[in-house]
Amino acid sequence: MATSAIFGIQSIDYTTLLPVLLTAGGALAVLLADLFLSADRKQWLSWGALGVIVASLAAELALWTNRTGMPRNTFCMPGAKGGTPTSALSCSYVVDNFTLTLQTLVLAATVLVVLMAPRRFKVPFGEYHFLLLSSLTGALVLVAARDFVTITVALETLSLPAFALVGFGRRAGGEAALKFFLMSIASTAVMLFGISLVYGATGSVFFGRVSAGLSHTSALGGAQAQVAGVGAVLTLVGFGFKISAVPFHFWTPEVYAGAPIPIAAYLSVVSKAAGFAGLILTVELAFRPYLHSLGILLAVLAAVTMTVGNVIALRQRSAVRLLAWSTVAQAGYVLVPLAVSKSLQVSASVAYLVLYAVMNLGAFGVVSAAFGDSGEAELKLPSGGELAAYRGMYRQRPRAALALAFFLLCLAGLPPGVMGLFAKVAVFKAAMTGDVAWLAVVMAVNVVIALYYYLRWAAVLFDVSLFGAARLTTTAPPAATPAGTLGATPDSAAALSPTRTLPTLAPKLGVGIAFALAVVFSFWPNPALDAVSTWPWVVSSGPAAAAR
Amino acid sequence: MATLLVLLLALPAAGLVVLYALPARQAARVGAGTGTLVFLLSLVLLPLFDYGHAEQMQGQLNVPWVPAFDLRFHLGIDGISLPLLLLTTLLSALCLLYAVRTTAKDESGRAFTALLLVLQIGMVGTFVAQDLLLFFIFFEIVLVPMYGLIHRWGSGEERRRAANKFILYTLLGSALMLLGFLLIHAKAGTFDMVALAQRHGLGLTIGVQEGAFLLVGLGFAVKTPMWPLHTWLPDAHTSAPTVGSVLLAGVLLKMGTYGFIRIGAGMVPLGAHRFAFALGCFGTVGIVYGALACMAQARRGGDLKRLIAYSSVGHMGFVLLGVATLTRVGLDGALFASVAHGLITGLLFFIAGGFKERLGTTDLYTLGRGLYERARRYGVLIVFAAMASLGLPGLAGFWGELYAIIGATKPAPGLTSLGFHILMALAGVGMILTATYLLLVVRRLCMGAVTGPNGSTRYEPLPDLTPRELISWTPLAGLTLVAGLWPAVILALADPAVHHVLGGAR
Repeated sequence: MATSAIFGIQSIDYTTLLPVLLTAGGALAVLLADLFLSADRKQWLSWGALGVIVASLAAELALWTNRTGMPRNTFCMPGAKGGTPTSALSCSYVVDNFTLTLQTLVLAATVLVVLMAPRRFKVPFGEYHFLLLSSLTGALVLVAARDFVTITVALETLSLPAFALVGFGRRAGGEAALKFFLMSIASTAVMLFGISLVYGATGSVFFGRVSAGLSHTSALGGAQAQVAGVGAVLTLVGFGFKISAVPFHFWTPEVYAGAPIPIAAYLSVVSKAAGFAGLILTVELAFRPYLHSLGILLAVLAAVTMTVGNVIALRQRSAVRLLAWSTVAQAGYVLVPLAVSKSLQVSASVAYLVLYAVMNLGAFGVVSAAFGDSGEAELKLPSGGELAAYRGMYRQRPRAALALAFFLLCLAGLPPGVMGLFAKVAVFKAAMTGDVAWLAVVMAVNVVIALYYYLRWAAVLFDVSLFGAARLTTTAPPAATPAGTLGATPDSAAALSPTRTLPTLAPKLGVGIAFALAVVFSFWPNPALDAVSTWPWVVSSGPAAAAR
Repeated sequence: MATLLVLLLALPAAGLVVLYALPARQAARVGAGTGTLVFLLSLVLLPLFDYGHAEQMQGQLNVPWVPAFDLRFHLGIDGISLPLLLLTTLLSALCLLYAVRTTAKDESGRAFTALLLVLQIGMVGTFVAQDLLLFFIFFEIVLVPMYGLIHRWGSGEERRRAANKFILYTLLGSALMLLGFLLIHAKAGTFDMVALAQRHGLGLTIGVQEGAFLLVGLGFAVKTPMWPLHTWLPDAHTSAPTVGSVLLAGVLLKMGTYGFIRIGAGMVPLGAHRFAFALGCFGTVGIVYGALACMAQARRGGDLKRLIAYSSVGHMGFVLLGVATLTRVGLDGALFASVAHGLITGLLFFIAGGFKERLGTTDLYTLGRGLYERARRYGVLIVFAAMASLGLPGLAGFWGELYAIIGATKPAPGLTSLGFHILMALAGVGMILTATYLLLVVRRLCMGAVTGPNGSTRYEPLPDLTPRELISWTPLAGLTLVAGLWPAVILALADPAVHHVLGGAR
């Protein structure tokens, strides 16, 4: 079926596309506004970008409230009436529970990322926010895409601006960006090759049809089924790179450390969530007939990812590198429910992604606010500072220290970080009900390993020995201490200076939002846990899907 | 009564808020006030409790919390939880009172008090939760505060390592325990502890029960602690501040035995039956090992706190032996011994803390001798606690261990009788060894002449008991005596409930 014939007669549901259109338009508007603003007003661009994202969020909320039982489809193959379940089989853009949840997630996460950024480092504001919004557009499309072409284009839209964003990093930014770029295109090439094999075997790029075609070919067996199987595995590589699952994780620590901290946060949450969305969509919708064999592969991938991530994180001495390896490990946890092939456990993965986004952004936010500041502090403390620089932070900035400790405990999954505990329970529960108990045990051991390094960092914050005590005396009159001479006290300095402007407020606001969300989710995690409990209802063919 | 249970959890939380609303120097007083209030409130439970139906879960509150997990906020108490709950609130109150003039009085007192209050929420919650997942959450809440107490306020070079060891060990255990709970839920379809106890394993295959008991039991075994998973305990106790040690020994270890009784024996009985003898063996090894380790500590270079910690391993060995018999008598004994150990070891750690305060050390040989002369009442109290700990009839330590041994004479049907008789004999040897080391300690500390042969003073006199110490310690000593002379106070409560746990009187 020639694609040109299809696109000629499609009707497009623009309300469904509204969040994407707003973001893409906003990106252009920001770039344009950059040309007309004088240099000292450029910081307003970040508030403009924020406005764009909030508008998209509002559109998203409108889509939430106007939800009917059916998903909203657009860009459908001709002949299929929009709105009927069967038509979802060959639509390129579908808005269902999954899409709504993930789109809300990436939008809300980007709000926090934007809040982290302003004036924190010397970047061209226009380009920075244009690239960020462009990348976000890619993420928004990716989670709604239901065919391989759209998903690939979206993945590239997500990635290309990200390379440039990484390059803004002050120290090793260029090198990190190049590394990121090279590894990314290599994995995309492999993925495209895989998709071409799958297309060859099934004759379609739409997930629903691929799934039907795969059941057909695997029933027939022979060379065609093998080709399709190889294609499926190769396709997953591209997403494996995005989520930094272990054989494809090598870029992660370098890139995070080289990039500006907000961009590291963006990569670890938004880009990763989008990558997981792609993985979930392809595995659950397109490759469902192969899920039994892919499940084993994913299980091994999960086990290796979490173990390698955690073990290497143990040895890290710098804050951002530690967070980078911890995100590798956390990716392993998210993979666990996907490895369950007996019953549908996707909702656990999505719940984990949502909760993880909050706590990880919170941790990055505090690190960024504390040590990513402009001026000497950043030069002295590249990539978020050494862990030792956090010694006695509680004396200096009790609220920031408490927030960081709380987020770290959330990541570790230990009360008072009840939210993190709930996330872990969701994954454990999926593994236990799905009969991959061995994976659950591997994860249990990993949780203990992870606790060690999170807790070590958290304990350092409250440490009063030596350095911390010394600092307490030297900074008794805080105004006398120049900002950043001993670690960093930018905040107290900024608070005392007469120009307490919006840019110093924004990071605090970001951390505050993350903290509030974390507290809410600790007591009421139901929105995250139930978000996609009924997904994907379109493929409710198997008894497993009906059991959910 | 349900309101009261919620209040017991909410009050410490409210205390936390007040703590940070008031200036830092009021912290210790706020803590002490909250602790006392919670204890008084828990006393109100006594007249409200229906003693005729001690086996029934009373004062239940059951509201859904997280439907996706089937997690419900389900509270309730019965004859098993009530004594442990009262022990918890009592020890917390005493610790918070004690801390007013010691640890909590310096500038970091607010954080210290806050950790104690969070700890209290976790401890109380563990004993009143009637939903497995809720139980797990409360079980985990205690970890971070205790870690903080050891890591920040502990003493010695090793305190950070000890704190890490404590939390990593316990977390590994509890992560496996969570898997066990989830396994039970996957097969039985509920986390409701009341319903699961009612079913008494009905509907769970042997394989599931064995797997679940193994996973859950590992978690509790680390917490109890069972030999050979006990190695975190001596380090943690040696390093912890006094109130940390008291709560760790007095309450936190009981969470393990409580779990063994209610969840292990009560919900997966076939699994418990399968591993009962192994549990008994490990328990008995713990008794003998603990006693031998204590004898080693009683020699030169030994440390009083470490000695008490090892003695805990021995005493908890008796508790495990009692549980392992899976009989009414044995479980009664285990529960009684748990409470008694909480009182006695709490007292012993307070005494050791007193030494630490007076002399700055707990090294047995630097403490000096002749305490009868140097600080008369202090010495007498040590003897009293030591006698209680070695199981002198008439004091609390006696009944629990006696019952555990009686239970071993006739273990539950299907368990190897001969094996348990051997264990019983070994436990008897352990009792003798226990008496030996405690008498060694008493001789070392309390006896001996203060003046040398030429009339010179060999040991400085010590300040005797202060009023503050009297307030914190006499309740423990008094209850040790009461429970020893009138064991029925606890047994009358526990026995019907234990009978219910074992599947009787359904």
